[in-house]
Amino acid sequence: MRRVYMDANATTPLLPEVMEAMRPYWMEHFGNASSIHQHGQRARTAVDQARDVLAEFFGCHPAEVVFTSGGTEGDNTALFGLLHPGDHLITTSIEHSAVLAAADRLARDGVSTTRVDPQPNGLIDPMDILRAIRPETRLISVMLANNETGVVQPVEEIGRIAAQTGVFFHIDAVQGAGKVPIDVQKIGCHVLTISGHKMHAPKGVGAMYVRKGTPLDPMFVGGSHERRRRAGTENVPAIVGLAKATEAAMHSLDSGVLHRLAGLRDRLEAGILEQIPGTGVNGAGVPRAANTTNIWFDQLEGEALVIALDLKGISVSGGSACHSGATEPSHVLMAMGLDKTRARASLRFSLLKTATDADIDYVLDVLPAAVERLRELAPAPDPIPDTSVPALAEAAG
Amino acid sequence: MSTASPATGTIAIAMSGGVDSSTVAAMLRAEGHDVIGLTLQLWDQNRLAGKPGMPTRSTGRCCSLDDVYDARRVAETLEIPYYVVNQQERFEHDVVQPFVNDYLAGRTPIPCSLCNNHLKFDQLLRTARQIGAERIATGHYARNEYDPARGRWILKRPADLAKDQTWFLFGLTQEQLAHTLFPLGNLTKPEVREIARESHLALADKPDSQEICFIPGGNYKQFIANYLEEQGQPMPDSSGELVSTAGEPMGKHEGIHNFTIGQRKGLGLTSPNPLYVLQIDRDSRRVTVGGESELNTATLNVHRLNWISIPSLDAPLRVQVKIRHVHEPSPALIEPEGEDRVRITFDEPQRAITPGHSAVFYDGIEVVGGGWIL
Repeated sequence: MRRVYMDANATTPLLPEVMEAMRPYWMEHFGNASSIHQHGQRARTAVDQARDVLAEFFGCHPAEVVFTSGGTEGDNTALFGLLHPGDHLITTSIEHSAVLAAADRLARDGVSTTRVDPQPNGLIDPMDILRAIRPETRLISVMLANNETGVVQPVEEIGRIAAQTGVFFHIDAVQGAGKVPIDVQKIGCHVLTISGHKMHAPKGVGAMYVRKGTPLDPMFVGGSHERRRRAGTENVPAIVGLAKATEAAMHSLDSGVLHRLAGLRDRLEAGILEQIPGTGVNGAGVPRAANTTNIWFDQLEGEALVIALDLKGISVSGGSACHSGATEPSHVLMAMGLDKTRARASLRFSLLKTATDADIDYVLDVLPAAVERLRELAPAPDPIPDTSVPALAEAAG
Repeated sequence: MSTASPATGTIAIAMSGGVDSSTVAAMLRAEGHDVIGLTLQLWDQNRLAGKPGMPTRSTGRCCSLDDVYDARRVAETLEIPYYVVNQQERFEHDVVQPFVNDYLAGRTPIPCSLCNNHLKFDQLLRTARQIGAERIATGHYARNEYDPARGRWILKRPADLAKDQTWFLFGLTQEQLAHTLFPLGNLTKPEVREIARESHLALADKPDSQEICFIPGGNYKQFIANYLEEQGQPMPDSSGELVSTAGEPMGKHEGIHNFTIGQRKGLGLTSPNPLYVLQIDRDSRRVTVGGESELNTATLNVHRLNWISIPSLDAPLRVQVKIRHVHEPSPALIEPEGEDRVRITFDEPQRAITPGHSAVFYDGIEVVGGGWIL
């Protein structure tokens, strides 16, 4: 069976050149980058060169690059490292759980949080951020591109608000990196987080930009790695892979790859809307990452459609997986004002940069029939009422 | 109406993470069928964890992470596609809330039958068919055969009568039966465990589940109290009197939901002879108690009927009726009594007939139909 992978926002495969770049650093150049000898120096050189690449990508000084284990560590570090009891955090209700759950944890330590809701199109209004500022506000944390809708947030405007009000600013750029140009000077952020595996580097590696002088407490302490910003022996092969993938990302930002990708995405989107009645785009009409579209389908369960498509060879996702692996309605779509039924009936298609016209054709060939089968077998409209128990009082008489 | 169709097409297996459904997966896979594993996520065990009378962490049987893990490992071992389907809201609405309502109304519910009717053979079957499967298979001990002469699917008791689960399955429609396989119907439990071992399933010796899946620890009274509290609903005051069959006050009780017909413990009464709950009256909140002999009743009415081996009951019929899971079907006459209602007269009075339970009608090993006891 043909397999089409349209879940790039979940993870991406390594690029061949990333695999090749990493290869010598597992067995041949295996040294510890902290060691004095030649084995160590070889590893140190690789990490330093990687740091230069990431600095170019962020638009910062190499000393401002910190390698991490990935997006969750970066997001957690930004919040836990900057916020103290009594501080106030402004974030949004459409952030990744790595930010939202960190804010929940901080609430136990007396850090209050304002979660700004997006507009129905998925955009955060910078004025809402401004209105949320309080004297004790210490940090604004906003994502660059949303993982579920691809909507790109007006981070430069938010950056100006942060500068004017003297508040620290963190960007979760996990989904934006490689899809949207990043310039930390233009954004005016203090911390910015990326993850390797969303951009064709391995899982388990990521990086942060931390502006010089930012009083960011490290999450891990121990050795003096990463200028004491992050203790732990450097994951040299993965860092080398991240640098190689970052070079590829910079190339694709300059070379028209994203333009081609947006064309494919638009053709997929238009094809679905045209061929399947009762569909629409979540986050339409606003700037979006070139590879992402999020589509709602009336009269079906998104979870069943994801399974049906998987069995036809198409990998997409809907909502977010809960602990058991079952699907919960997307908190992002709910925050945009979708009701639960429509949030449950929404699917995310996120294309790899290697997506082809044949991939789009295959999805447009399979999807309408799959949707039709689901709708034919769907129950008569019977929305599940709220989980309140109106019958109880009556029952107990 | 569906008719007998050849055993082709994809089969979705309802996998609970237990031995029975896991063995079904192994058997159908070995027979060369195209199979998919599905697990229903029905209840978040952590919702009421740590509340009074509840385990602090999820230790319950169905829907616990352990069971999903077990089911997934079986699917991985068998190399079959496997998915967890979220039906938590439907389960709460169709099973948990009726369960709570029944107890608060003085009835004793059977959540497993509701789950079969509303979740396993309705939602799960629908999802299975939506994703391209032709039928579902479950690990229930029951048999299901199409009878061309009658033009009906017939539900039958299994080879292992000790594991008979047909009492929980009386609500299945012909359409549901036409799309359902019970591969364990001709096997005994020890045989099933042996097949599980031969199939190298790590859970071959996993103990059977007994308790209500969403009530880990089995304390249903605490569950009801905790659930109402979580919902922001006050526990209704259904306290009242314990009375004798003559209507004489015997004592007080703290709520009718604490009782079930035939209950002996927890009455708080002293008496030379053991006393049992005979009747629970929701309106007067009276709980009538009496001696064991008074528990026996010969007649009862059932409603919300479902017919399996016959299209409808148009005349009195001699059958055997089973009124609880451990009850042996007993000879009785069933007579239609108006729309969607049947009167049952047992040849011999039966002990502790319990409103909220189901009465299932058998003709030998065949399930004729059944309904809910009024």
